[in-house]
This record gives sequence, C-alpha cells and structure tokens, in this order.
Amino acid sequence: MSDRLSVFKTYKLYVGGKFPRSESGRVYEVTDSKGNWLANAPQSSRKDARDAVVAARKAFGGWSGATAYNRGQVLYRVAEMLEGRRDQFVREVAEAEGLSKSKAAAVVDATIDRWVWYAGWTDKIAQVVGGGNPVAGPYFNLSSPEPTGVVAVLAPQESSFLGLVSVVAPVVATGNTAVVIASEKSPLPALSLGEVLATSDVPGGVVNVLSGRTAEIAAPLAAHQDVNAIDLAGADEVLAKELEIAAADNLKRVLRPQPVDYAETPGIDRMTAFLETKTVWHPTGSLGASGSSY
Amino acid sequence: MASVFEYAPAPESRSVVDIAPSYGLFIDGEFVEAADGKVFKTVSPSTEEVLSEIAQAGEADVDRAVKAARRAFEKWSALPGAERAKYLFRIARIIQERSRELAVLETLDNGKPIRETRDADLPLVAAHFFYYAGWADKLGHAGFGAEPRPLGVAGQVIPWNFPLLMLAWKIAPALATGNTVVLKPAETTPLSALFFADVCRQAGLPKGVVNILTGYGDAGAALVAHPDVNKVAFTGSTAVGKAIAKTVAGSRKKLTLELGGKGANIVFDDAPIDQAVEGIVNGIFFNQGQVCCAGSRLLVQESVQDELLASLKRRLSTLRLGDPLDKNTDIGAINSEEQLSRITSLVERGEAEGAERWSPACELPEAGYWFAPTLFTNVTQAHTVARDEIFGPVLSVLTFRTPDEAVAKANNTPYGLSAGVWTEKGSRILAVANKLRAGVVWSNTFNKFDPASPFGGYKESGFGREGGRHGLEAYLDV
Amino acid sequence: MPTNAPTAALADVTSSGSTLRRFLHGLPGVDAVGLEARAASLGTRSIKTTAKAYAIDLAISMVDLTTLEGADTPGKVRALGAKAALPDPTDRTTPTTAAVCVYPDMVAVAKQAVAGSGVKVASVATAFPAGRAALSVKLADVRDAVAAGADEIDMVIDRGAFLAGDYLKVYDEIVAVREASGAARLKVIFETGELSTYDNIRRASWLGMLAGADFIKTSTGKVAVNATPANTLLMLEAVRDFRAQTGVQVGVKPAGGIRTSKDAIKFLVLVNETAGEDWLDNHWFRFGASSLLNDLLMQRQKLATGRYSGPDYVTVD
Repeated sequence: MSDRLSVFKTYKLYVGGKFPRSESGRVYEVTDSKGNWLANAPQSSRKDARDAVVAARKAFGGWSGATAYNRGQVLYRVAEMLEGRRDQFVREVAEAEGLSKSKAAAVVDATIDRWVWYAGWTDKIAQVVGGGNPVAGPYFNLSSPEPTGVVAVLAPQESSFLGLVSVVAPVVATGNTAVVIASEKSPLPALSLGEVLATSDVPGGVVNVLSGRTAEIAAPLAAHQDVNAIDLAGADEVLAKELEIAAADNLKRVLRPQPVDYAETPGIDRMTAFLETKTVWHPTGSLGASGSSY
Repeated sequence: MASVFEYAPAPESRSVVDIAPSYGLFIDGEFVEAADGKVFKTVSPSTEEVLSEIAQAGEADVDRAVKAARRAFEKWSALPGAERAKYLFRIARIIQERSRELAVLETLDNGKPIRETRDADLPLVAAHFFYYAGWADKLGHAGFGAEPRPLGVAGQVIPWNFPLLMLAWKIAPALATGNTVVLKPAETTPLSALFFADVCRQAGLPKGVVNILTGYGDAGAALVAHPDVNKVAFTGSTAVGKAIAKTVAGSRKKLTLELGGKGANIVFDDAPIDQAVEGIVNGIFFNQGQVCCAGSRLLVQESVQDELLASLKRRLSTLRLGDPLDKNTDIGAINSEEQLSRITSLVERGEAEGAERWSPACELPEAGYWFAPTLFTNVTQAHTVARDEIFGPVLSVLTFRTPDEAVAKANNTPYGLSAGVWTEKGSRILAVANKLRAGVVWSNTFNKFDPASPFGGYKESGFGREGGRHGLEAYLDV
Repeated sequence: MPTNAPTAALADVTSSGSTLRRFLHGLPGVDAVGLEARAASLGTRSIKTTAKAYAIDLAISMVDLTTLEGADTPGKVRALGAKAALPDPTDRTTPTTAAVCVYPDMVAVAKQAVAGSGVKVASVATAFPAGRAALSVKLADVRDAVAAGADEIDMVIDRGAFLAGDYLKVYDEIVAVREASGAARLKVIFETGELSTYDNIRRASWLGMLAGADFIKTSTGKVAVNATPANTLLMLEAVRDFRAQTGVQVGVKPAGGIRTSKDAIKFLVLVNETAGEDWLDNHWFRFGASSLLNDLLMQRQKLATGRYSGPDYVTVD
C-alpha cells in the first residue's frame, strides 16, 4: 500500500443511460462481509422505480425491434468491456461476498462467460422454441417467441455479480428491457455493471439499475401497470408471495424464487419465462380456381 | 455510357492489403512447402496480374494435414463448448476488424466488385462465425440429443465464387461442434483462405485445428478419399459432387453437398414491378451470376412481359462494369479464363438454338476476363440456356400464363436449389412456395443469406443444409 | 397495366371518383423493403473529384433556398435573396441557387431582392403547411402570391381528403390551383410523412401529375419525416414512368432534412440512375433546403483549395 490517499467513487443509479442520484436524496451504508464501510449506495424511492419503468418502456421499442444478430453483438460487447474491468469486479466481489481473491476471480470469469453464453442465444432461441406448425388446413402457421416487455428483476441477494448477471442477461437477450433491483446488502457490483453497460453499445434504458431496500422498491414495481413481468429471484418467501399477489393485478408474468446454483450452466427457462409466443396464420390455398393440377 | 454525370474513378486503396510473393500450405499451425515442392500462380482475373505463388498440395500433403487435424481433434473436441465458443467469437471479431483488408484481397483474387465483398461477403463471413460461436456451448439445446458428439476430421472442399464466405460456412459449424478441419480452397482463389490462417493465429487457435491446403482438384480428390477423414463437405459443381458421392460410397464418412442450380425467378402480373426488376438484377448479376442459387431463369407472366422487360433492359443499361476495386462498379470480372470460355460457349449455343440475345451497350476492358450482362428472350424449356447451369451473367427469359404453369416450368429441372416468387398476394406466395421443389424460396426478394437461415438444395443441387440450427447436423454424430 | 394503357385512356381516368380510385389502386404495388434497399444501395456510390465538383455546382443550382418561419421579416428575406443571388462572395464562379422560397406576403420583398439575378421566387400557398382551409381561401392565397410576382407556387395537397380516399377532391383542388397559378410553375407537396405508406406516395404522385403538376414535392419540412432517399426514389420512378406513358416531363423536389453535401449528392445519384440525366437540371430537380447551401459552399471551397473550410468562411443569411 502506498501512502497516497485514494479517490473514492460515488456510486450512482443507472437509469435511462444516465447516472442519477436517488430522487429521495437518501443513501445507505454498504459494508463488506466483516462490517467495514465500503461506500454509500443510493437508496432508491418509489419515484426512482417509476422513472426506471418509464426509461425501460421507452427503450423497449428499439431494443425489441433490433435484429437478434445486433442484440448478440451488443451483448458480446458487454463481455468484452467486462473483461477489461475484471480486476475491479474481482475486488468488488471479494469484498461483497467475503471471497478470497482467487475465488472471486473465478466468480468474475464465470460471470463474463455467462454474458457470452447469453449473447449467443439472441439469434438462436427462436429456432429452439419457435417453428412451423402443421395445421390440418390450407394455412401457413408459424409460432415465434417475442419479448414480454418491461421486466422488473429482483437480483439475488447473495450472489452479487454472477447471480445478478444470470438473471439480467436472459431478460435482455430475448429483447425485453429490465428494471433491476440490486442485492440490498451488496449492490456495488450491480452499480458498477451499470457503468460497463453505459460504455458498451447497450442503448440507455435497456437495463436500469436501482439500489436500496428491495422490499421498498419492489412493491411499486410489482403493482406497476406498465411492468409486464417480474423475476422474484431476490425476494424471500413472504415478500415473494406479497409481490406475486400485487403482480396479479395486471397479470404480470412471474418467475418465483427458486434455489439456483448460479455456477452451473443455466437452461433456457429464464429466457422462456419472459417470452410470449405469437402464432401467425396465413392462407396458402391452391394454385388455381380449379385446384392444383400439378 | 457517356453521361453528363460521369462518376470519376473511386478505387478502394490496395495498400490495405499486403500480399506476400509466395505462400505455403497451412498445416499444423505453420506455413510449409508442398512435399514435392510444386507451386502454382494465382492471378487477378480483372487484370491477369500474378498476385502470388502458392504451394500446390499433393497426396502426401493431404496425409500430413489430415494427421495434424487428427492429432488436434482429441484436445479440441474435449474442450468445454464455452471455450470453443470464445475462440470462434475471437475469430469473428478479428474478421470484423480486418474486413476491409480481406474485402480488397478477395476482390483482387476473385474479380468481384469491392461493393460486394465489402457490403455482402465480409459482413456475412463475420456473422457466420459469430452465429456458430454461440452454438458451441449450446449443442444440447439444438435438438440432436443432450450431448451430441463431433465426427472427427472434416475434409472440406470449397469453390471460387465466394471464397471466404464458403470457408466460413464450412469451418464455423465444424469447429463449433468440436471437429477439426482440412480445407481446400479453389485453385483460382487461394488467398483469402491463407489470410484466414493468419486470423486463426491472431485468435490463438490451437495448431492443427484448421489446416488449409491450396491446390487443384487432385488434392481435393485425395482429401475426400483419405481414409482418416470422417466428414466430407463439398460445394461446387454437380459433376464433381457426384464423383465425390461415389468416392465416399461404402465408407462411414458423413457427406454434405452444395451443388449447382438453375433457379427460377417467377414474376406474377401483380408484382411490385420496380422491386422485382431489382430482384431480378440482383438474382442473376450479383457476383457476375457466378452463384449456385442464381435466379438464372426469369419466368414472367405473359401479361406483364413487355412492361417488365422494358424496365429490366433500362435498368441493365445503368449497370457499371469495370475495375472491381472501383467502389462504383456493379459488375466485375469473370473468375477465370476457363469459366469465361464456358459462359461464352453456352451463350453461343443459346444463339445457335434460336434464342434472342441482348446486352446493354457495354465496353469491356482489354485485359482480364469479362462478360457483358446478357439477356436471352424467346427461350423455351427445350433451350440449353434454360437447362444448363451457365454460372455467368446470363439470364434466360421464359413466360407463363397461370400459376400452375409457372410451378411446372420452375420445377422442370434436375436442380432444386433456389427459386423466387414475386407477387403482392400473400396466399399466392405461399401456395407457389409450397409446390416449388427447391431448398430456398425467396419471395419479393432474392439472393438473401443469413447465418441463422438454412441453405441447401433438393434433387441434384445436393443434400445437407448449411446455416442455422440445421447446419449443425452435418457436423454431429447423429 | 397502367403503363401500357394508351395516353388517351388517361383522360378518362379522372372522369369520376371511382375511375380515379380504380386507376390509382391499379398502379403496381411498392415493396417497402426492396425500395429502401435500392435507395440505400445507390447511397453507397462514391462520388469523387471531377464528379464531385460537378455534383456540388449542380446541387447549388438546384437549391430552393427557403425560409418559412413565423418570424420571417423583410430583412431576413432580403438577406436570403442576396445569398441566393451570390452564394459565395469570395468566388463568383459559384452558381446562383434556383430560387428562394418564402410565404406569399414576402414574395414582393423577395422579388426585389433577387431582381436581375435569374433567381426565381417560389411561394408556398394553399394554407401551407397544413392545408386546412376552404378552397376559396387557398385560391386567394395562390392569387396573392402570383400577383406579387411569384414565379413558382408550392401548394400542399389536402392529406385528409387523400387519406379518406376522396382522391377526386384532391385532384380538383390541384386543378383549381393549377389554373389560379397562371404562368407560375406549380409544385405539388404531398407531405409524404403523413401519407405514411409508399403505395400512397406512388398514388399521390400519379394523382398530382394527372392534375397538371409541374413538380411533385415530398414535404413541407414541418413534420417528423420529410424527404428520404426512398420516397424520392419512388417519386423519381413515378415521373420516369409518367413521361414514358404520356410524354410529359414532371420535376421532383425533395424538401426537408437534406443538410449535407453528401446527402445532396446521394439524391443526385438517385436522379441520375432512376429518372436519368434529363432530370439533372434545375428545371426538373430541386432541393428544398436552407442549411444545405452552406455545406455545399464549404465543400466547394475544400475542392478548390484542398483545405477543409469552416462555418466562419461562408455567410449566414
């Protein structure tokens, strides 16, 4: 350690491609696993949640309308930028989760690979879960998956970075936009991820990151009529039930919390949870009025 | 064409690419001479300038390359899919970074316009690697079982019309699925494959995973016949494809073939005429018509024949033929003297059989291999130019009266690679597409390619699909 | 098919609302993806050196230098006129613009400002830009402008009537304005951004030409989407086909959103390779623009001197 006094970073929210402080002006203390002070994180209010939903909705048209190939390129770019900030994330994850440097490094590497994994899904998921349907009639019939819309994501409380990316990446890979509530206890990797997203090619508003009291922010999101789905990964049983009830008001798609080993290669269920299936019918008919002679 | 608005030459700079005076074979991560020391020259078809001297692979080199690929296979196939994915992502990115260099190189060696290599070939090449990179760690989701296995060593022989793109179509899925490859580019267009070897070096790809053997047909024949090759993939002529099918008969080699075509472009009377004209032009004059899926037969409904042909001829008069490196060139050089003489003789046959030949006023350069955009009218199903694949900028125009007749004529060929349907009526598109015996049907567009979209033929246009989820099957033990 | 129909048949086309509708809806459809791809492809033409010099001078000569603001004053219009007549005081070989384009009440001022320069005065009329007024008001607007000396009238069509399918109303109105314009050349503005579909733009183009337009013009410059390469390409196809069928040549004016020399040259490529060189003249092709002129002048200076110019070296108007 040198004698030089280091410059602290002010952690801010990431909403609509910008870095606002909380509208409430509140912050809360973030400590490492041993209770040492790390930083003051913004404590988001319901108004921050509202602003994040507006930003996510605004970004939805462009993001869902981009080609799957383009989304893949953009998400892969995120992995490239993460790789460049690897050391920073290793430190933040080690501090947040009380891991040794080498264990934290393994977590960060797995996280970057997770982005790459989802980047590759953007232009493949439709081929895996969509397809032509052989209906019994003169009709062309094709089912394809489409993003649900704005998804509220309660990031896992314990896995502050790998878990976070494991729930955010599938939401945006499929063309949804996200309002993410960072791990309440360990929000710093999530807030830093916002900085990475801002310097990748991800359009502002596609991912919005809020820190603060999960229950406080989640309640207005679960009840918000312009949110289409909610991932309850970071909610405990009691909160999850409460939020699911609120979410029923506009029939949000709800992904309930479940035990997940984030180190394992995921399946596709976190993507399909936030996909609608659209089926298009179109007449084919015959070649001529008298029926095909061919 | 003298015009008041004469475009000054706008040549793409050659200095972005540095071609060495000679190149070796790329085997086991190194450039080596051919065992027998043989070399051949590659020339620029637009000028006949010698670009470089290239090692000519023989049987011994094939054996060496297959052995290197076999050695590399064990480790490569055992890598976690996510690691193979990252190599392929690296390759995709390096190709994106070096795309201008590779585009100029391809234009020099192949003769096609820089506009095409820059705007079509190279973006598609990078996209193809990018797409298959993503599959490498998701093979269990592709519908071929939970843990599908690679085949082993793939022997791949590709043509000269899209040298780097055909390389990408072959190598990307092979590597993603865990195979190693020995690839032979065409003798007239070896350079971009050799530059690809350098891309592999920059990406840190383990040695022996990709091996490039430049040479002639005998090297290709030796490769497909090699007993330690597990998979043969060929793109090229139907005649050679049939010979390869006979070679691998009785072996356990898995085979896919992308062969010739005689694509029909069907224009109904309710078509969007201006866009149909563009589609017809793109269908047959893209890459000087040296495209297996070219729309080389125009089937036009009799009621719009005059209007369509008038528009088409007017449009052909605006095509700019000349220096392929000029950014305004639409039509470049024919790839080789041999191909030029094939086109010339088929066109002469068309005239002799009574079809009416037309070309716009068009000055051909002195040096190099050139053929003016050509239309044949009064063509019937019986004419040679309606049946044989010309593989050049030559369009045969036939007419039809009813959808039934259009479909019957379109299908009346041993080939079955591509077709086009032009009409604003959705149900007609689907009804006609339904009846066409072709692997790719474009409606209200033509010659569109995408790594996510499977491509391949019916009948004598070959079998197997490249691209998309379907393209994985050719390289998996399923 | 319409373009095979004998010219005389076109006379009957406008005999009733239903014949007009049948004709317009019988025009070949437009595939949007294909149209836009073609426009984009022509946009990749690389225009260098001598060709660029030719294109820049041609583009300058085609500019309808425009001010259409509520804040327009005689002083502003005089400055505009001076600029049109002498775009670059440091280089008198620079061509003049084709015209200045102003509101009717500024025509007299503009006329005086460009007197003797050869620059024409164009005036928007017919309750520009919305066109929501009684026909009598629109015609009075036109007559005012003509009486004040306008050489050209830029009218707007009734988009509401067009979208409601009342093509005959739109047609009759253009015919009436045509008559009120007297010797002035008539440009018919479709406001393509409001017509929304390419099929509509093709129909409007034919409708305007049938009614006697001297020019068909994309936009007012007052809505979100103005001139684009694709809608201009489509209109160029329409004038090309109309001349092939009737022998009558009609001009095209893209307006709004064309700000750089690069953009302008792309439009000239569209003209050259679609309608052809007969349209490469300011009698047949115009740019409705304001800031474009200074960019053209800076590019012109760059070609002459080899140095990049800056905004301090061209005049503000």
